[in-house]
Amino acid sequence: MRRRNQRLMIIGVAGAVLVLAATLTFAGLRSSVVYFVAPSELTEKADPGQRVRLGGLVVEGTLRRDDAGANVFSVTDGAVQVEVRYAGQLPDLFREGQGVVCEGTWVPGQPFSAERVLAKHDENYMPREVAEALKQRGEWKGGATP
Amino acid sequence: MIAEIGAFAAALALALSFAQGALGIFAATNETRGAAAAATAQAAGFACLVAFACLITLFVQSDFSVASVAANSHVDKPLIYKIAGTWGNHEGSMLLWCLVSAVFGAVLGSTRGGQSFGLWSRAVGVQGWVTAGALIYTLFLSNPFARLDPAPMSGSGLNPLLQDPALAAHPPLLYLGYVGMSVPFSLAIAALLEGRADQSWAKALRPWTLIAWTCLTLGIGLGSYWAYYELGWGGWWFWDPVENASFMPWLVAAALVHSAIVTERRGSLASWTILLAIMGFGLALLGTFLVRSGVLTSVHAFAVDPQRGMAVLVMLSVALGVGFALYAWRAPKLATPSGFAAVSRESMLVWNNFGLAVAAGVVLIGTLYPLLVEAAGGGLISVGPPFFNMTVAPLLAVLFLLLPLGPMLTWRVGDMRSAFLKLAPAAVLAVLTLAIALFNTQWRAAPALGLALGVWLIIGGLIYLWNRLQRGAGRLTAKIALLPLAVWSMSLAHIGAGVLTLGAVAETGFRTERAVELAPGEGVAFAGRRVTLIEVGEIEGPNYAATRANFRVDTTSGAQPLAAERRYFTTSPMPTTEVGILSAIDGDLYVALGERVRDGNGAWGVRLYHNPLAHFIFIGVVMMALGGALSLLAIARRRKAAT
Repeated sequence: MRRRNQRLMIIGVAGAVLVLAATLTFAGLRSSVVYFVAPSELTEKADPGQRVRLGGLVVEGTLRRDDAGANVFSVTDGAVQVEVRYAGQLPDLFREGQGVVCEGTWVPGQPFSAERVLAKHDENYMPREVAEALKQRGEWKGGATP
Repeated sequence: MIAEIGAFAAALALALSFAQGALGIFAATNETRGAAAAATAQAAGFACLVAFACLITLFVQSDFSVASVAANSHVDKPLIYKIAGTWGNHEGSMLLWCLVSAVFGAVLGSTRGGQSFGLWSRAVGVQGWVTAGALIYTLFLSNPFARLDPAPMSGSGLNPLLQDPALAAHPPLLYLGYVGMSVPFSLAIAALLEGRADQSWAKALRPWTLIAWTCLTLGIGLGSYWAYYELGWGGWWFWDPVENASFMPWLVAAALVHSAIVTERRGSLASWTILLAIMGFGLALLGTFLVRSGVLTSVHAFAVDPQRGMAVLVMLSVALGVGFALYAWRAPKLATPSGFAAVSRESMLVWNNFGLAVAAGVVLIGTLYPLLVEAAGGGLISVGPPFFNMTVAPLLAVLFLLLPLGPMLTWRVGDMRSAFLKLAPAAVLAVLTLAIALFNTQWRAAPALGLALGVWLIIGGLIYLWNRLQRGAGRLTAKIALLPLAVWSMSLAHIGAGVLTLGAVAETGFRTERAVELAPGEGVAFAGRRVTLIEVGEIEGPNYAATRANFRVDTTSGAQPLAAERRYFTTSPMPTTEVGILSAIDGDLYVALGERVRDGNGAWGVRLYHNPLAHFIFIGVVMMALGGALSLLAIARRRKAAT
């Protein structure tokens, strides 16, 4: 009888931990998943204030600093340009004309406010999401597959 | 000519691995076949060694008629990085994978120890198939010896970010870890084929798991350290898919290290140990797949080729398919001896395994979720650090809460009350830490709890050591010298986990960051220090030019120099950051040089970070790895004493 109780207790605790882990996982996935959007999809796919990843090419000649010293540049997928404002320092690999992913939020009438800007390790690398967006627009000029 | 010798040696190794696989699997009780399998394993290991030596020679000679050399090397590179370049690229790293697998097969073949003949010979056979699979992939889908015609005059160089001592050692260590998991897999399959997994089997499995876990720990640690000082982002772990790819096998290997102890000492948990060994290798292969295929957007995906990814996926399916099918068929027949009480060393190790396995599962879900969503047509998404912080951190917290209790309990039936009492000082100190941390951080519960857990682990580990020293009579110094190596290794690894926890929590929770623009002569107050930019100059490296900024850091205890660089490599248009790090007891001051500010009157962008206790992260990793290494030493000594 004692053994059986012990076994029941172990199974009970293990089950509780598993349920907890599963709950955390699904709650976590629901709340912390970040959707990728191309500039042309931003206003239709993302609600104002929702955290998204905006991917595209940095438009040549658009990088400047605003009065507060933040970097401002435009990102395009060939169809629509979105202005992005980023208060931090841009990563080493940030280049005009190259791919970039900006994580942040937008509100109507203002530039996309980026909290993180990702450029990738390799100079040949283009974020896969950007390549997808460019392919969809028929703007893809790169090699076979990114 | 050398390339052809290399390719021939690799092809020979493939043929030998097939022979090894066939002989080993069908050896059963046939002593001659078993011996032949072991001999072919040694020959295959040697052939792979020759092939890899040829590839290193090609890289050292900068033979640009070979495609992988032309794409990844350059005459101007320092010799050490020409050699490291051999495995710093896709093709070469796959040959390294084969080499490790074949050499491990050879070592397995020549160390039968106390294993039963059938188990041993079959394990050698399965390892042969693993090596053969890797060689097929290497020779047919990513041949490092492929020639270029016409040969280019100069190579295009290794990615400059990779020209770094930590990154020279990172891939071999990681591969020793990944491929190291193939030997426990082979032993597990052999046990299922034999229908037997006894204590001598677990005894053979444990050192391999320890090698894999120790190397993975060091490899991941080095990669993380590299990311910390080379990428200039101030962080050390980003929950990037490729980092997760190495973290999952690490978690399973950690579980396996513990469950193998139970199987070796008590004979129980054998079928769980087998399952873990299969999953561990599956996750190591999945890791290879995630890195190689580029299916996930990652900061490190370096060979982006769907065909190669597909091939690794096929290997993964075969390994897991065969493994799980055999497991379903054979595992129920394995004998399960001696039980244990709900409160005992064994049960704590079961909880350890449960926690680590669930954590690995959660990381797996978070890593693959974007793939599943995309496959289901749900668009492109990413799962970032917030997910992992809110799922993996609490799981590990529960695990760490239980950890110090484990060693305090005896095998079979333990006494929880006395374990609690012995650990009371650790609990008191942990609660005190919690209170102080809560008070000083405006009631931020998560990091405060994390710090308390770190203290609990460290003090708990020390109390265990102290308790062991109380046993027996004699002078304390004499008892310290006599304490078994196994006790030291376990304590070191567990205390290391505590040190790592402290560092990780402090760095993640209390990091401060500031971007400033400084002209030479200007300074800024930051994290209790004053950082002054003295001058910015140009310097020449062996194959790069650099902009070097010299800083002076004033603290209450004096002034110290600090330099940060941006390097421009001749072979690559992108600059790399060499951050300046000044370690103090309270943590690292971390300075990254940005670009010259446009129309900023000679000012430079500078990012300053204060990373509290960041050095604890890497000290903790080294302690854990040392714990693993000591444990191996303990096993080796015991074996030597036994013979």
